[in-house]
Amino acid sequence: MQLNWVALTVFILFFGFITWLGFAAAYWRHGDLNQLHEWGLGGRRFGTLITWFLLGGDIYTAYTFIAVPALAFGAGALAFFAVPYTVIIYPILFIVFPRLWYVSRKHGYVTAADFVRGRFGNRWLALAITVTGIVATMPYIALQLVGLQVVIGAMGVTGEGFVGDIPLIIAFIILAAFTYSSGLRAPASIAIVKDLLIYVTAFAAAIVIPIQLGGFGKIFAAVPAEKLLLAVPQGQTTGAYSAYATLALGSALALLLYPHTMTATLSATSGHTVRRNAALLPAYTFVLGLLALLGFFAVADGVDKLPEFAEGFRQYKNNFAVLALFLHNFPSWFAGVAFAAIGIGALVPAAIMSIAAANLFTRNVYREFFHAHITDKQEAQMAKWVSLIVKFGALIFIVFLPLQYAIQLQLLGGIWIIQTLPAVLVGLYTRWFNPWALLIGWAAGTFVGTYMAVSVNFAASYPLAIGGWTFPGYTALYTLILNLVIAIVLTPVMNTLGAKPLDQTAAADYYA
Amino acid sequence: MDNNRAYPWSWWYLLLLAEFIPALWVPFYNSIEPSWLGIPFFYWFQMAVVIASAAATAVVYLATGRAG
Repeated sequence: MQLNWVALTVFILFFGFITWLGFAAAYWRHGDLNQLHEWGLGGRRFGTLITWFLLGGDIYTAYTFIAVPALAFGAGALAFFAVPYTVIIYPILFIVFPRLWYVSRKHGYVTAADFVRGRFGNRWLALAITVTGIVATMPYIALQLVGLQVVIGAMGVTGEGFVGDIPLIIAFIILAAFTYSSGLRAPASIAIVKDLLIYVTAFAAAIVIPIQLGGFGKIFAAVPAEKLLLAVPQGQTTGAYSAYATLALGSALALLLYPHTMTATLSATSGHTVRRNAALLPAYTFVLGLLALLGFFAVADGVDKLPEFAEGFRQYKNNFAVLALFLHNFPSWFAGVAFAAIGIGALVPAAIMSIAAANLFTRNVYREFFHAHITDKQEAQMAKWVSLIVKFGALIFIVFLPLQYAIQLQLLGGIWIIQTLPAVLVGLYTRWFNPWALLIGWAAGTFVGTYMAVSVNFAASYPLAIGGWTFPGYTALYTLILNLVIAIVLTPVMNTLGAKPLDQTAAADYYA
Repeated sequence: MDNNRAYPWSWWYLLLLAEFIPALWVPFYNSIEPSWLGIPFFYWFQMAVVIASAAATAVVYLATGRAG
């Protein structure tokens, strides 16, 4: 690929701007960054608009913007599950998360594990939540880097071996440095720039490219019929229908449990801000739907058959589709804007994720098990260091290991994180469960889920066979049901073995 | 903010529950026709669900008290 100077210059200008912004953010709504809730939650002071940008940057990541159109390009209709998935997140967010927000502010909780510790009084259950959160987040950060990597490659910045990774490493050092110094304020301010660019790009692409290609009718006519719709189930199976619906539902539940979602939610200024955002965030879902359609635009445009993109497709496979589409249909400077949107879109969630993982480690491992009488300043300092370690771990992952590992681990991450639902989300409503029963349910869900995923060679859906029928569905959802059943059955049993620990929270803590 | 206002049960919450049905009822929308502006039903229907669901959530928000 030839170096695209115009696109690269635009990209670097935007990147320079957000670098400045990331460092300057330390002085925005100034707070004492030597306190964990200031560094790691922005002082819980973000209003409706900033929370909207922050959660938007969190849920709709660079990898989403690359991978969803890539899936539409390759597999077709299945990719659109991202739309119902990001529709049903919000009614759940609306109902459940204000409770989490209020109880967390009341007791100074910074992580979901903090809440579980206080609610169930069991440090081992809290540790399970912590470890799951950190392990599930790592590959997610790594995949953000993949988004950045593809964009850098698309601008023609390439090199052999280690040299080829230098631009990525530079971008990452910048990210690490401003996250360290500004905490959550950095991604919050950068998210504003990123999202404005994403909206401009998505709407421009959805309007301009169909005109160039001769209208939606022509575009969809170019897509092979078997990719245009889900395959209608034949015989005794619920086929692609159950796979699609369970993938949407399970992904929504998993997403709400990821540490970075907790971090962005808890940084809002009130539970009410969270509710307001549940009605406003679907604007991003609409954009995501438009971006998914770009996969079909790329099919109609035949970008994979153009010689100038052969190298890109060889290197990045279908992930290159949407970038090739931009390069082919936009002037270079606007392709640069689109690439900046995706590139910066990688930094925002990566920063929030590393902060969330750092909060978890510091609060629920270091303070809980090693250093109970830590000062506020030591706690914040520890979190800053851990955020660096987490990010460099992800970087090493991407530079040295095959991409396939990160994708497989991210799939497993979804299965693992959903196992925290009974303790965290159900725990917000009831304390009926015995913590040891929850822990055993969690372990069972985690192990069986991992086994199932490996047995189908890391496909997202598992063909569950019951009484002659097959129900293909998202492994995470199936194993969550197993987890819940075990926790319910074992709760009365475990209750006979010992007294329940005290609940730190009271019913009135869960609302304003 | 500390006005001690609880979020009591409201029948409006059923509207939030209803959002799940069109989003997850796959057999209903897995078809080409009726297409709109050349866009198959499968795609424009789900995009319409995004808008309708956001509106439903907004209605619930306004109806269950927005002060604070």
